[in-house]
Amino acid sequence: MKSKIREVLSKHGRLPVDIATLSDSDDLHAAGLTSFASVELMMALEEAFDIEYPNQMMNRRHFSSVTAIENALMKIRQDMAA
Amino acid sequence: MSKRSTVGRLAETDALTLFPEGMAKGNSKAARHAERVLLQTVRSEICKVAAAHAAHVDEDARFPVEAFAALKKAGLLGIMVPSELGGMEAPIRVIAEICSLLAQNCSSTGMCYAMHQIKASSLVMHAMDDEWHRGFMRRMVAEQLLLGSATTEGGGVGGDLRTSNCGIDAQGSVFALRKEGCLISYGIQADAILITARRTPESPPSDQVMAVMTRDQYTLELTQVWNTLGMRGTCSNNFTFEGAAPVEQVIPASFADIAAQSMLAYAHILWAATWYGIAANAVYRAETFVHAEARRRPGTVPPGAMRLAELLNSLQQFRALILASIDRYERAKGDPDELSSISFVVALNGTKVSASEAACDIIQHAFLICGIHGYRNDSPHSLGRHLRDAMSSRIMINNDRILGNVSNLLSVYKHNPSLAA
Repeated sequence: MKSKIREVLSKHGRLPVDIATLSDSDDLHAAGLTSFASVELMMALEEAFDIEYPNQMMNRRHFSSVTAIENALMKIRQDMAA
Repeated sequence: MSKRSTVGRLAETDALTLFPEGMAKGNSKAARHAERVLLQTVRSEICKVAAAHAAHVDEDARFPVEAFAALKKAGLLGIMVPSELGGMEAPIRVIAEICSLLAQNCSSTGMCYAMHQIKASSLVMHAMDDEWHRGFMRRMVAEQLLLGSATTEGGGVGGDLRTSNCGIDAQGSVFALRKEGCLISYGIQADAILITARRTPESPPSDQVMAVMTRDQYTLELTQVWNTLGMRGTCSNNFTFEGAAPVEQVIPASFADIAAQSMLAYAHILWAATWYGIAANAVYRAETFVHAEARRRPGTVPPGAMRLAELLNSLQQFRALILASIDRYERAKGDPDELSSISFVVALNGTKVSASEAACDIIQHAFLICGIHGYRNDSPHSLGRHLRDAMSSRIMINNDRILGNVSNLLSVYKHNPSLAA
């Protein structure tokens, strides 16, 4: 899952640095992820993982790192399955 | 130019009040009493001073020094600071009411007070765990410090406050900072400036922090004078800012969090309250015009009365918008996820756009009622300054920029149709 997230990040995150230089826990906002890019990223993640972000998950924290994105995606999948 | 204002009808101020008594039900009796005394001081003393100098502030494009001397004397600059640091811990609705009352008498005073309190909110909401900033907040109360803001920048950044070119250049325990082309309202008069910059000169433009720098720690080189259509007393000149300060003066929270979790709400709500004040005074002038007409021709309803009925509806909607936004903020406060959520951003940006449009529309409508007496600069029903001042509202953070940012979010956002949500 993480490698797919990284792939989406490199295509849609508009990061000024190579995603490969960041660890899973590195702060993406500090690395230059803007709020504009996070919306594009969100759409790309919805497409790639066939999920839909509920409004309450659309916040900064859920896009703060690769791990945070993964946790959010797993939570969304769980909620969708429930 | 007219000196008539809310001061002239103290007994009726409830009609122009954002918050009728009783709205502060959750507060203790003592806190409610303190709020009442505070607002009475604003109405009976400070508004008089603001009204007496409003025309000169506008004509000379000068800072409302008299009103701010009165605000400082009454201790009103530090009221947001928590009680543990010597402040009054005034909630946003009280601050909003003061902005509105001041703006009913002098728009520039209301706006400067709003901008000062928006800066205070950054400290109160994000720096309570930090020793240096706690000491600074104590000073804010004791010395009644006026806070300015340097969030804009030249070099293509402009008003995009979430981007910085300059960076905090830390050398050991001290940092240096030079920011070019930044618009700083009442920059000369401010006792301290809260300034944004990249975390380090090498950080990406969106990785920002905010630092508090006191006037002895920086110099301001004037690059462009504020000579505008309205809001002339905010003295929002352009400067090159250059200074140095201990690194502990950088607020620990990232500016992204400050912007999302407190600045967005405080700025849009307090600006809206200020514009409400300008609009409310325009309505007051239209109302007194209709009253005078009615007395002149007993037995006939003045032609402006029907428009006044419409105008009061618009003002009521405007007030409801602000109250709903304050309620929304109060419910979200303390929940960083909710404060940084898309739905909150969409709602508060909507408040700004709607409030700025309401203010301009209401004043134009009041013009139709007052006719030539509103158009004149020397009549008690004069509305020229109101309109000029209120016209800043649509472009102070341009509505098009805000709608553009919101529309970017709408590709994923799903609005909640619930009336109760």
